[in-house]
Amino acid sequence: MTQLYPAMLGLSAALFAIGAMGLLRRRNPLVMIMCVELMLNAVNLTFVTFGNMLNDAAGQAIVFFVLVVAAAEVVVGLGIIVAISRRKPGATADDISMLRG
Amino acid sequence: MVNMIVFLVCAIICILGATGVVFSRNPVHSALSLVATLFGIAVLFVQMAAQFLAAVQVIVYTGAIVVLILFVIMLLGVDKEEDIDDEPLAGQRVSAYLVAGVTIVGLVVLLGLAGFNDPNNERRGLGVATADLVTGDKSVTAPLSTSMATTGRGDVVENADPDNIKTLGRLLFTKYVFAFEVTGLLLTIAVVGAVVMARRPTDLVAPPEEPASMEDDFMADVEAESSGAH
Repeated sequence: MTQLYPAMLGLSAALFAIGAMGLLRRRNPLVMIMCVELMLNAVNLTFVTFGNMLNDAAGQAIVFFVLVVAAAEVVVGLGIIVAISRRKPGATADDISMLRG
Repeated sequence: MVNMIVFLVCAIICILGATGVVFSRNPVHSALSLVATLFGIAVLFVQMAAQFLAAVQVIVYTGAIVVLILFVIMLLGVDKEEDIDDEPLAGQRVSAYLVAGVTIVGLVVLLGLAGFNDPNNERRGLGVATADLVTGDKSVTAPLSTSMATTGRGDVVENADPDNIKTLGRLLFTKYVFAFEVTGLLLTIAVVGAVVMARRPTDLVAPPEEPASMEDDFMADVEAESSGAH
């Protein structure tokens, strides 16, 4: 197991990079939120891996907090998307750059 | 050996799911690919003896967050395909690939510099001082279970103690209790914010019919009926 830790870190680096690429590339706000979730999960994987490497439970405790913050972020983000889509159906991230109706 | 196979399968699922999220034209397919990635990460959590986090990952992420995203997709009717080759902002795609490439190369180079690949390197990782501070018995928080068990196949199972969740719970309610309370406050604020945000604004709602006029119509009907009867 110990020899797999560098591979875990590499996998989370790859997931983070893919998520960042999607966030920059896609224009659908829903898909952008999914890409943010992808990046958060990559960071979670890194936290758990480092927690095991250093034999420290804080690595798992902080993942718990990241999960909660991710849930709150999704709830508020989806609320904003619903509110915007009610005024401008099919709005992309470019259309809502002014942040007003 | 078993660990390696499990890791490889999960890594392939994770990477394929992630590329599916980014490159699917249909948002529903993106959400389902996200589920695949989250499940792969949950299995990796189990592999690293973080059973509680694996369960929470499946319940919260795939059970709540992705379902919420799917609800919004269905609610808004935006499950139409998006032309992802359309590029209104010149150079957006190229810069996205560039940022992704720089990110992954930089992170891998950092990993290489940190020397995690060399198990004999005593100074690997965060350096001796930091490692002494945060590792094991001298941990500033709490050590994960240090019991080492060896399975019959020769694999060393670290943290084989299933009471890992006890350590985590004790940590959350002692050292991180303030952060825990703030987290509860954050969730409350998020719920209130979501309700306020998603509420139908009053200027877009059709004004409700006047009860008085309804009553008038009703009375008119009654009078008409009664006059007809006479």
